[in-house]
Amino acid sequence: MAEVSTTAPILQLAGVCKAFGDAEVLHGIDLAVERGEVVAVLGPSGSGKTTLLRCANLLEHADAGELALDGAHFDLARVTAKEAAEIRRNTAFVFQSYNLFRNRTVLGNVTEGLVVAHRMPKDEAREIAVRCLERVGMADRLDAYPVQLSGGQQQRVAIARAMATSPKVVYFDEPTSALDPELTVEVLGVMRDLAQDGMTMVVVTHEMGFARNVADRVVFMEHGVVQAEAPAREFFDHPANERVRAFLDTVRGSQTLGES
Amino acid sequence: MSDRVLGILADSFVQILIPGLTATIPLALISFVLALGIAVVVALVQYARIPVLRQLARLYIWIIRGTPLLIQLYVVFYGLPDLGITLDPWPSAIIVFSINTGAYSAETIRGALESVPAGQLEAGYCVGMTYLQVMRRIVLPQALRTAFPPLSNELISLVKDTSLAANITVLEMLMATQRIVSRTYEALPLYLEVGVIYLIFSTALTWLQGWGERALARRGMERG
Repeated sequence: MAEVSTTAPILQLAGVCKAFGDAEVLHGIDLAVERGEVVAVLGPSGSGKTTLLRCANLLEHADAGELALDGAHFDLARVTAKEAAEIRRNTAFVFQSYNLFRNRTVLGNVTEGLVVAHRMPKDEAREIAVRCLERVGMADRLDAYPVQLSGGQQQRVAIARAMATSPKVVYFDEPTSALDPELTVEVLGVMRDLAQDGMTMVVVTHEMGFARNVADRVVFMEHGVVQAEAPAREFFDHPANERVRAFLDTVRGSQTLGES
Repeated sequence: MSDRVLGILADSFVQILIPGLTATIPLALISFVLALGIAVVVALVQYARIPVLRQLARLYIWIIRGTPLLIQLYVVFYGLPDLGITLDPWPSAIIVFSINTGAYSAETIRGALESVPAGQLEAGYCVGMTYLQVMRRIVLPQALRTAFPPLSNELISLVKDTSLAANITVLEMLMATQRIVSRTYEALPLYLEVGVIYLIFSTALTWLQGWGERALARRGMERG
């Protein structure tokens, strides 16, 4: 498990609120993540987990809330385009549906952000990209286009793309929900390696095994609020309240469904 | 078919083909390049929902698509001189063809832009790119690939529509044919002959389209 420092959190969200029309999705969420920490965000569908990640990376515009990223403070309700770009240059996002650039090769997907957004010389970008692709086991497919890859391969390339810019935090939005079980295993394996290397990660997931074995801490959300928060083992072994217990029972129920 | 008609057809083939190569094709290609420029701007203005410009774009498309091309040619060539704006046949034709095809192509490109999944734009943002960078490097190239087959159709239509320029005294293939008909009175064979030449041009463009689509597919953009 990664060493958790005692200094200020690298990422801090405070009072994040978001409504879509009349539907209030987030009711003042607070979340602090230490450097090198892996936080799993769990909760039933519609609990606001994905929206929280999207607000943190400005893919959604929060109605209120503050973000502190490695000492830089931002008012999420009033970020300028320039601030949004700065936040995004220092973070990375892995999508449920991968979202690889369809008109770029595997290599091009990883170098794009380095060359265009980080203004890195092409040779240097290529070197970093190849190294990142080696780490996710995709260095043998540099010239393939996304359409030629399986879902698991695409997601591994997406993870390489996320690592390449040396982000302070990587957000994962249900990275394995669109994958078959065997492909899920290969992607989770890559994520576990990243976590062991000390990458700071916030992972919205339904993979209880990953949350329990790889995450340092679990944040449980329901109805747009954080219902419970605990070190991973404790979260599963000693549920903090009725809501958590009910959620874990449902998850276990679905896993044993069909067994006699 | 009499020897006389065969002789006329043989002689006129080159006489019709030459204005095809010096007028029809350059007129279509120049107008199409300008039309693409217009179309990309008009499509982007709508895609990005820029106020005022977006409404102007709708107005432009509404008027141009709602009126006959021939009338647009007449307005510019025969009408504008009343306002003191006198244009030669060639500039008149290029202006009208590019504005006309631009309106249709703008709709094609707008549809293609909107078919690019939002996730492509979001992924671009998330690696730190600005809106303009993502549009230029990711969204627009994908949209143009999607739009390639319908845009090819529009080019083929334009090649045939240039025959309307005969009405504003541009010496293109139809006018060249009309001149030979008025001299020989062999309307049927000569109009069939010019039709065949158009068919050859269209076939060549269709072939180029297929080649282009295969080249794009090799670069990872095959559909589905």
